[in-house]
Amino acid sequence: MTNLEKYCNIYRKVFELDNNSDVTTLSFQGIPLWDSIGHMNLIAALEEAFDVQFEIDDIIDLSSFEKGKEILTKFGVDFN
Amino acid sequence: MINREELFKYKPFQLDKITKEKIFGNIITELSRYHYENCNKYKKICDALNNKNPLIPVRLFKEFELKSINSANIVKTMTSSGTSGQKVSKIFLDKETAAMQTKVLAAIMSDFTGGKRMPMLIIDTKAVLKDRNMFSARGAGILGFSMFGTDITYALDENMNLDIETVQKFYEKHKDENIFIFGFTYMIWEFFYKKLLSLNITLPKNNGFILHGGGWKKLIHQAVSNDEFKHGLSNTAGFDRVYNYYGMVEQTGSIFMECEHGRFHTSIYSDINILNYRDFSVNNIGEEGYIELISVIPKSYPGHILLSEDAGILLGEDDCPCGRLGKTFKIIGRIKEAEVRGCSDTFE
Repeated sequence: MTNLEKYCNIYRKVFELDNNSDVTTLSFQGIPLWDSIGHMNLIAALEEAFDVQFEIDDIIDLSSFEKGKEILTKFGVDFN
Repeated sequence: MINREELFKYKPFQLDKITKEKIFGNIITELSRYHYENCNKYKKICDALNNKNPLIPVRLFKEFELKSINSANIVKTMTSSGTSGQKVSKIFLDKETAAMQTKVLAAIMSDFTGGKRMPMLIIDTKAVLKDRNMFSARGAGILGFSMFGTDITYALDENMNLDIETVQKFYEKHKDENIFIFGFTYMIWEFFYKKLLSLNITLPKNNGFILHGGGWKKLIHQAVSNDEFKHGLSNTAGFDRVYNYYGMVEQTGSIFMECEHGRFHTSIYSDINILNYRDFSVNNIGEEGYIELISVIPKSYPGHILLSEDAGILLGEDDCPCGRLGKTFKIIGRIKEAEVRGCSDTFE
């Protein structure tokens, strides 16, 4: 599994979406389950899966699927 | 235009009276204008009082649904958890105001914690978050502070019993790190401190800190002073750093932190005035009165200038020995004739 697949699957799992659903357009408060509870669940799941620890600013900035990729790239996760 | 970004160029306790007045004052004036144009009930209050910046009593949020946004843009509704039979305050948030709460809280907290996330033990039950559309002040507090935590662990079960095994494991697992304990004042005292005492357990020393707030009123009834609280927790839970904060659900985010010298501080995102009991004029240092709370956060609802039901005393401005600028104050208690009102420390 590539990092991108792993990354997508975390969104599907945390936000209870179907296996093939498009997650690339998701954003904070954009769907009911990505609320502040969902946000902390997402943070915990990403940290565990990619073995990283976000800074407080990263948690605030991680407001969309794309933004999350940018932040993880900063931590050395390769999405290419 | 409401230019709150200007504030984020500074540290939360960096501005002296004169510099703050300029930036902060402008934002509050603009917020008043915004609410006047976007909230019909607020407009009526302004017009009736012939005042552009009226004081809104917190209880008005119980009587009326006050909002300055379309219902379609509400992403979250927060409530004060009133005890049964009481009306609760309803606070309506849109994306922008919710984001501002988080940003301001992070800035204030970082000044005290150094901005690093720490292993976090919450003295509460996870059950408090079960309804995700309707947050009590308690749930909102827990979630808001969770971003400062890692390995987030809840210390109480659904029946508010302390899971001592989990707590001891948590202390052991993180013994070489600074632990962050968070909870509401009353619950920390009742379900953590008292339980440790009755079990005759002393937890090992840790260099982290305990942050608590929201429940001092109940403890005043039990005659537990702030010093006693600190002393008790130092002896049983192993923490010498115990920080209190003051805030209310109507102004979530812009909390007032108690410093090492036991004073509550305004930040550059908030202000207070102590108002004379008789004529509501602004009191001088040392005089007791109503606490007026001002915050740059509330934009989706007109809660930027509030009259609380708490009494306090102004201790100083820009002169706290801790070095942080801004006003400092202490809280005396609830105003006697005020309606008995639940706070975030209530639990059903």
